[in-house]
Amino acid sequence: MSEYLNIDHVHMTFPTDNGPLEVLNSINLKVSKGEFISLIGHSGCGKSTVLNIVAGLLNATQGGVLLEDKEVTEPGPDRAVVFQNHSLLPWLTVYDNVRLAVDQVFKKSKSAQERDEWTRHNLELVHMSHALDRKPDEISGGMKQRVGIARALAMDPKVLLMDEPFGALDSLTRTHMQDSLMEIQAELNNTVIMITHDVDEAVLLSDRIIMMTNGPSATVGEILDVDLPRPRDRLGLAEDSTYNHYRAEVVKFLHERHAQPDVPVSKSKEEDKPEKPKLKVAS
Amino acid sequence: MSTTKTGNRAFNLPILDKWMAAMSGDVTNKKLKCVVMDALVPMAAILVFLMLWSAGAKQVTTSLGVLPGPSQVFSQALNLIDEHKAEREKEAAFYERIQKRVDKAIADGKPQEKIDKLKSRKYTGKETFIDQIFTSLLTVMAGFVLASLIAIPLGIMIGMSNTLYKAFNPIIQLFKPVSPLAWLPLVTMVVSAMYITDDPMFSKSFLNSALTVTLCCLWPTIINTAVGVSGVSKDLINVSRVLRLGWFTKTVKIILPSSIPMMFTGLRLSLGIGWMVLIAAEMLAQNPGLGKFVWDEFQNGSSNSLSRIMVAVLVIGFVGYLLDRGMLMLQRRVSWDKNAVLR
Repeated sequence: MSEYLNIDHVHMTFPTDNGPLEVLNSINLKVSKGEFISLIGHSGCGKSTVLNIVAGLLNATQGGVLLEDKEVTEPGPDRAVVFQNHSLLPWLTVYDNVRLAVDQVFKKSKSAQERDEWTRHNLELVHMSHALDRKPDEISGGMKQRVGIARALAMDPKVLLMDEPFGALDSLTRTHMQDSLMEIQAELNNTVIMITHDVDEAVLLSDRIIMMTNGPSATVGEILDVDLPRPRDRLGLAEDSTYNHYRAEVVKFLHERHAQPDVPVSKSKEEDKPEKPKLKVAS
Repeated sequence: MSTTKTGNRAFNLPILDKWMAAMSGDVTNKKLKCVVMDALVPMAAILVFLMLWSAGAKQVTTSLGVLPGPSQVFSQALNLIDEHKAEREKEAAFYERIQKRVDKAIADGKPQEKIDKLKSRKYTGKETFIDQIFTSLLTVMAGFVLASLIAIPLGIMIGMSNTLYKAFNPIIQLFKPVSPLAWLPLVTMVVSAMYITDDPMFSKSFLNSALTVTLCCLWPTIINTAVGVSGVSKDLINVSRVLRLGWFTKTVKIILPSSIPMMFTGLRLSLGIGWMVLIAAEMLAQNPGLGKFVWDEFQNGSSNSLSRIMVAVLVIGFVGYLLDRGMLMLQRRVSWDKNAVLR
């Protein structure tokens, strides 16, 4: 396997009022092209920080990120980000939100007509063609996140970075979105790094699950290869023993070996529910 | 009328509601209730106010006679409108006379210079109250537009750069509380020193008042625009970083739209301040306008003066209200968030 994306010995230290706080300690991760990676860990363990470093929104204190052997130093559309709260511009329509990205990325390489078609094509991919002229305030949370994904896909990124993309959605909408994402992934075969709190989501979507230890000084705890055939079907997998084994592995890691110190083990089992991290250093 | 009975209890709303509902004869009708709340309640309040005014004014005797009540003020208002009409008729009659003389001169074969001289004669009657309202509006708009043209770009720059904010903040904080009356002498001196032309486009008194308005209008717009710009959501800034938007696109597509609500808060505050400042400036600068009207009436000291000043006070208040509503309508037009409740 070639090294498409290489996160190499990344350390991150934030200055705080009580002295420097080491958030990440030597994160190493190699991602191949077309791979779907999930980062899972307790709130505040620095998952978002890793993602922001890959995006270039933050610069690592030590170490660095190489994408196709080029060092990442600043944000760019080749590492498109899907933000947790969608981050659409509320004054632009659905179409214009995606078009803004398309115009910016392809202003030289595509004609106006091609850019229009590309914008519509990407909105078609996420099944949002019916709401091109609506404003973000006029569509539901799930639809907003679909547009957010369309915007990221429209940048034709080398790596798609998703920061808890479905964390703010209700569980029914979330399952819909996961199915859509799998569908898109099957079609485009993007390289994806996704942050999640949801064990089922991680096992269902990923090729590999990166489990992070608790912060501060968080690092990669374990890596789980999810060897389930695609396309994956959530109903079929619910009874599948391999699937449940993977699921149990992740739950064991999160709640036995790296339970949050202030939460009793028995209680923390109910803690799958994604919640906005309380300590969000990165954003 | 029953109003006199409930007058002293008019601010106790539940009782007023009941009374209104009983009067309209239908308690359950929601639409009617809306009409009662939106129209009748304010009207009742105004009625009470007029009565209090009428009763209170009679108690005050000034050197110019008893303080006028609503009815005297109303008749003076009509009077001012009549004066305006009379003045317009006089003006029309003047131009008619001139035209006749021009026609006659042409018929008599007088030289062209003489005809031109006749034609160039301007009517020089005094400005009526209504003319002065428009002069005041023109002056305040001139000062306000000039201030906004300076303050919005400056506010955007200050909001985008922490360094600029640190640099400008003390200056803004220092000048913000300065009274317009303190600026006016300085402005007057500077204008008389700098504005020297043979063919002035604006009169000096107009410039004095307008510039004083500008100096007082700047600060709220600068501060609020800067706060709006610096408060742009970090996520949206991240979007622009990921897209590598250029400085211009970022400003136009992200920063301006998201700071528009705060910007308009500043603009509305500025215009309100500007209108108040203008009246004071006009009094002192002797710029034709509502302020000068009030001052002239005060100096005039006739038995009607107090009523006429009160008409001016009410008109000043009403125009100020209309200006604010105008800004609100403009804000609704340009704001992207059509659901926002704007008051």
